[in-house]
Parts: sequence; C-alpha cells; structure tokens
Amino acid sequence: MIRVEDLVKRYRKAETNAVDGISFQVKAGEFFVLLGPNGAGKTTTISILTTTLSPTSGGATIDGSDIIREASAVRRKVGIIFQRPSLDQNLTAEENVRFHAVLYGIFPYAPTYALMARGYRAKVEELARLLGIARDIHKPVKTFSGGMRRKLEIMRSLLHDPKVLFLDEPTAGLDVPTRRTLWEHLTEVRRTSGTTIFLTTHYLEEAEEADRICIIDKGKVVSFGTPDDIKRDLVEEYVLVDATDRSALRDELARLGYATSGGAPFKVQLDGHSVHSMLRSIETPLSVVKTHTPSLEDAYLEIVSRTGE
Amino acid sequence: MSEASAILALAHRDFIKLLRDRQRMVADFAFPLIFIGILGTSLQAGFGDRAGGLNLLDYVFTGVLAQTVWQSSALGLISLLADREQDFSQEIFVSPISRYSFILGKILGESLVALPQALGIIAFGFILQIHIGPDQLARMALAMLVIALFGGAFGVIVLANLSSQRAANQIFPFVMLPQFFLAGIFNPIQNLPLPLDILSHLAPMRYAVDLIRDAYYGSTSPVVLSSATTNLLIIGALFVVFMVAGTFLFVRAERNR
Repeated sequence: MIRVEDLVKRYRKAETNAVDGISFQVKAGEFFVLLGPNGAGKTTTISILTTTLSPTSGGATIDGSDIIREASAVRRKVGIIFQRPSLDQNLTAEENVRFHAVLYGIFPYAPTYALMARGYRAKVEELARLLGIARDIHKPVKTFSGGMRRKLEIMRSLLHDPKVLFLDEPTAGLDVPTRRTLWEHLTEVRRTSGTTIFLTTHYLEEAEEADRICIIDKGKVVSFGTPDDIKRDLVEEYVLVDATDRSALRDELARLGYATSGGAPFKVQLDGHSVHSMLRSIETPLSVVKTHTPSLEDAYLEIVSRTGE
Repeated sequence: MSEASAILALAHRDFIKLLRDRQRMVADFAFPLIFIGILGTSLQAGFGDRAGGLNLLDYVFTGVLAQTVWQSSALGLISLLADREQDFSQEIFVSPISRYSFILGKILGESLVALPQALGIIAFGFILQIHIGPDQLARMALAMLVIALFGGAFGVIVLANLSSQRAANQIFPFVMLPQFFLAGIFNPIQNLPLPLDILSHLAPMRYAVDLIRDAYYGSTSPVVLSSATTNLLIIGALFVVFMVAGTFLFVRAERNR
C-alpha cells in the first residue's frame, strides 16, 4: 500500500537532514506506527507522503500512485488527521463536514444544509448518530470537547473512503480518559472500514497494538518490525553476577556455556534461558545477582538516548 | 464541476467565518472610520477653501473606500500564511482540488469579506452627509467588486514571496504604506516629480483608487487620472499575472520548504 524508498528531506537552510534516507513498506489494511521522539522526522515524513512537502531525494508511492508525479491522485487516496486541530471553530460540525465533502468532490456545494443532496444529509445523520451528537451537529465546533472534535475529524476524514488514514500524533494534548475513548473509536474504525492506518506517535503504549512499528530517530530508521520483533531486537536481557571467588565463577560460567562479557561483575546473556534455571546451575557461591529485564518502553528509551549521544 | 463547487464552498466559508466573528467585524470598521471621520473632516475644515472647489472629505472618503476594500482582501490572502497550520486551511492544502481553484476560491471569499466593510464605510459616508446618488452607488459597487478581486490577487503575489506571518507583519508597512501616498488616498498625485510619478504608476493600489474615483466623480472630473477602460485593462492584466505567477510561486515555496 505504501512504499517508501530512501527518502531524504533537508529543509532549506538546515544543516542536517530532517529525514535521512528512510525506507519501509506498509501493507494494505495494516495498522502501522511510526514511532520516535519529538523532532525525529515523523511529521516531515507524513507531510511528504501526503504531498504537501517535496522530498530532497528518494520517493514513495501510495497505492501505486507516485507522491511527486501523481500528487492529486495521492491526495484523493489519503485522509489526514493533523497534529493541530483542523476544524473551523466558528463553523458548525455539519459545515466542517460539508466543506470537506465538497473539496473531495463527493457532493456538489449548496449554501445551506437543507439544500445539500439527500445522500449527503443521510451520511451526516449517520455520522452524527455514530458520534452521539445528533442534537449538536448544527452547533459551532467550539462548543465541543477536545476528544469529540478529534472524533469528528476522524469521521470526516473517512468520508471519501481513503485507502490510507494518516494520523499525526492525534492524541497529543488530550487527557488520559479522552485518549482512551479516542483509541477505542479508532479501533472500531479500523475494524469496520479496513482502512490502512498510518499513525505517528511518541507514546510507546500506543504502538503496542500495531501490526508493525517503525522506530525512527534523527531521521533514520532505528528498528522495524512487529512489536514482538522490536522487543526481541531491542531488549537485552542479562544477569549481572559476582562471587568472592571470581576465577571459579568465571570458569564455571564458561563450562556451562554462558557467554560473558567484560570483567566482574560478569554480565551473563540469558539468550532465552530463564533467570531461575541459570542461577540453579551455578554452584559457586554468589555475592551479587542483578537482573536486567527491561520493558519495551525502557528499550525504546535506551535506543533513543543512545542515538542522541 | 466539482472544482467550481469547491471554489464556491471556499468562498462561502470565508464569508460565514466573518459573519460569526463580531470582534473582527468591529475592528475592520474602526480604521477606515478614523481616516475618514478625523482626517477627512479636518482636512476639509482646514484646507477646504483652498482646494479649488474640491471637497477634501469626498476625496479622502473615496480614497479610503478603495484602499480598505483592496487591502482587506489582500490581507485576507496573506493570512493563509498563519492559517495553513491551523483550522480548516490545513485540510484545503491536502485536498485534491487544483491549487488555482483553491487560490481563486480564497480570493473570492476574501472579496466577500471586504465588501461588507465597504457597505459600512458608505453608510458612514451618508452620516457625514457625503452626497452619493443611486447611479454613483451602482457604479461604485461594481468598481468595489473589481477592486476586491484585484486586492486578493495582489495578496497572492505578496504571499508567494513570504515564508511566515512574522515576515508578513514586518514587510507589510513597506508594501502598503507607500502605496497609500503613491495611490493618492489622501493627497493629490496629478503633479508628482518624475521619480515619484514612476513609482506611483508602479503601485497597484493607484488603479484601484482611480477606478473608484471614476465611479464617484465621473470620467470628466479633474480628480480622475485615467479612463475606467484603461484602469480596467491594467487591473485585468495585473490580476491574471498576480494570480497565475503568485499561485505557482506559492505552491512551489510551500512544497520546497
């Protein structure tokens, strides 16, 4: 569905690349997450993929359409939820939806709701019912809560049946309960529409349900795969052990076939063994045992701070 | 068909936004009323008897009317710089409609926003007992529509050469203020020294002001510089150049940040 090849973007007057040669693919129907800290190049990538920004080199296609040569076709195939709200506060929910529908050529324009095509009104009624705002659909958007506005934006962006829905940090600035309900809403949308979802976030927990994750930092891909792949790839599990009789411990670890690195305390890679079975097999009296089994979050932070050095 | 529909929708959006933003409506009226009410009235009171039969209040009134309409729609277009990162404008930038339709819709919308301001100024003119006959009013209405569209196109070409709203705010006095005087909003420009005369001919606002004065005073008045036909031809040509070159440059600058 999305194919990104060696994408590079350097902003004018910038000394480094905001996006520095990234490549990845997203399959149809997938829930794909582009994860990275602030300034990693996530929004730049989304802007390029949605044709509002030209890449410095490299390219991408969306559903077979080239983002540079066939920008208009690409725009028709994607929906976007921006980092900052994209609703007109003084307009009603319905008016916001109407302008979207007209810009995408779904319905011809009429100056009032009553004059719009019957199909459009049916669609708006359905939408209002789904969002539970049947009574408020003709009220200005500024009277809505932050979470409700986000949901309205998502519903609106699905009006033209996009192949891919891009969401650029959609939960930024929302409180925890709102984030949760928005999340449930998005899961529901995925289940019913089958749309490919391309989400950027810097919250790791939002990536855990993804089909695949691409972690970028400083414009480069750091890790790519399913959440389990990433965990295996990033998370280094080991035990630090030490003993009064260090040479005996070193010999015993070597005899048992555990890979150790450096001097004491010895860092023993678990490589799939359990901590328990490893400790049971050691007979030398131990003076220190420290386990290191980081969560995916720790691993992510480690990766991100490592590239920051 | 869907492009025309989109243009109408964009224009209507700007208009609705104006109607629901009372603060902005009040602020938009204040400035021209100060110019006409204070400057126009005091000029006429002080120099009126030395102006060779020309009513200076009328002169300032027509000048400010043209300037307000022209500048309002130019500013409206330039506000895209700030809007592109918020509200519905973001949606427009990623929608599949042609960029020319987008800019044309925006020009039309900002013209619709500029015209109610003109109505307010004309109403104020009646209060100040400026004589405006029905035929004058009809001619002025048409002229204002042309000026509003022209101002919008000028906004596009300014917009295309700026990178941010901050840059726009800084450059704006240099783009607009000299034109106030080169276009003769308050001051006569019939007998300018050659360098200023050349600059005056280069100031797009000059043609907007002259078109309104032609509509108000009639083509035989000594206040009018060129015939309506000449002004319309120049405005038409500039409109096309500003609009096409401006849209092209703006889109290019947007994508090649």
